[in-house]
Amino acid sequence: MKTKSKLLSAPYSVWMTVFIVVPMVLVVWFAFTDTAGNFTVENILNVGQYSNVFLRSIGLGAVATVISLVMGYPLAYGIAKMAPRRQSVMVMLVMLPMWMNFLLRTYSWMTLLEDNGLINALLTSIGLPRLHMINTGGAVVLGMVYNYLPYMILPLYSVLTKIDQSVIEAAQDLGANSRHVFLRVIMPMSTPGIISGVTMVFVPAVSTFIISKMLGGGGNLLIGDLIDMQFLGSAYNPNLGSAISLVLMVIILICMGIMNQFDDSDGEEGGIMP
Amino acid sequence: MKKAGSRIYMALVFLFLYAPILVLVVFSFNDTATASRTVWDGFTLRWYQRLFEDRMLLEALRNTIVIAVVAAIVSTVLGTMAAVGINSMKKLPRRIVMNVTNLPMVNPDIVTGVSLMLLFVAAVSLFGGRSLGMGSLTAAHITFCLPYVILSVLPKLRQMDPNLYEAAQDLGSPPVKAFFKVVLPEIVPGIVTGMIMAFTLSIDDFVISYFTSGTTQTLPIYIYSMTRRRVSPEINALSTVLFTVVMALLIVVNVRGSKDKAAERKGEEHS
Repeated sequence: MKTKSKLLSAPYSVWMTVFIVVPMVLVVWFAFTDTAGNFTVENILNVGQYSNVFLRSIGLGAVATVISLVMGYPLAYGIAKMAPRRQSVMVMLVMLPMWMNFLLRTYSWMTLLEDNGLINALLTSIGLPRLHMINTGGAVVLGMVYNYLPYMILPLYSVLTKIDQSVIEAAQDLGANSRHVFLRVIMPMSTPGIISGVTMVFVPAVSTFIISKMLGGGGNLLIGDLIDMQFLGSAYNPNLGSAISLVLMVIILICMGIMNQFDDSDGEEGGIMP
Repeated sequence: MKKAGSRIYMALVFLFLYAPILVLVVFSFNDTATASRTVWDGFTLRWYQRLFEDRMLLEALRNTIVIAVVAAIVSTVLGTMAAVGINSMKKLPRRIVMNVTNLPMVNPDIVTGVSLMLLFVAAVSLFGGRSLGMGSLTAAHITFCLPYVILSVLPKLRQMDPNLYEAAQDLGSPPVKAFFKVVLPEIVPGIVTGMIMAFTLSIDDFVISYFTSGTTQTLPIYIYSMTRRRVSPEINALSTVLFTVVMALLIVVNVRGSKDKAAERKGEEHS
């Protein structure tokens, strides 16, 4: 019987071979060939020219991730301490904006941050000088934090809500002050949530190409924009685009490898799924 | 005192999350001639009217729903079958299959998107056939939905007592019947969760669709072209409609969910 049920996954295996494995092989193939199909490492070497774009992407992504963590942690902690019935309402409130298409949410920030936008209209109406916000690196970071903050809050909440209250009480009984309780008990116990939250914010933030396009103007090109340009943009060059994609994948794998070093649990907890 | 501080902090974060949405909604009713996005010129419903007259938009909406329904059904069937198969695999093949399953979840969407684009472009140049469109979009959507279905069904299979299935067979039930009568009812919650996730992911996807759509429009792709053209409050009206639909759905699902939970709790008390 066992052999028969194994056969059930055959269509899936075929599907994933065709639509996941073969495309990945194609990316590697394109990255290491020229337009005539001959082997070359030139594409990979050319990626080096864009090291400033890579550094900017990683930098802005990292800043957005840290801000999301600092902003999201107290909120997740606050929700985890509420009565169960209110917790589910709050979680729904965190998730609700995620259900609206991110293009629309980012578009809204365009109207808020513009030089003639709502925030500047508000500032001038109370007699303050205008601020130039749109098309800056800061606007891109804001867009990232806004779009991905729920991905930080939800895994944090799901580990924080599982922490046994009696462990915290035990620490207090043994004389730990609230700072110690947080640093020695709550923080270490929420590491799996921190790790999955950081991963879930950092990966899309580093590889985004819409947020930078809409809020960053032309001056804040990210890796995603670079890839987009090679495949659907003016600089059509799938070979170079594949090489950039490959380097991006490697960078993300390295980052996740580093993150997992901090994780000593089995990795079952802290997922976004209940 | 500490509690008040935490309340204020939470209110501020929620303000940050909802202010942009509120702005979109308010300005969808703005009666402006110049498509200005900051000055209030009185109330109108004309952007909504224009929305429902927009044939391109309605076609994009239809495409989105067709793709989402097909992708949800196909990925749920394939994924559930796969999960049953994976569950009975030995350790090594299971690890290989799970690693491939995790790949599209770990990979940035843009990489999945361009890799599929390379595949479809290569397929068109090798075998001919039509260029990218509904077919490639649907295949791409099934691909990125499948892992989510598998990851929602697998835990339910693991929780199940394997003896149940064997007991049914010992009692003379043929394997297929035993599966449908014994295994399936146990894993239905996982299947439903997976299907809902697949459907919503498909409706919301922009990045992978962007690279695999050719000239076909889906709703997110149409929204993208609207934001590029920086057009009228029509886009605000669309946001408002979508937000209302999502909120209504969430409320319905949650009310039903809490009713189910209440019923379950009652059942437990009685037993």
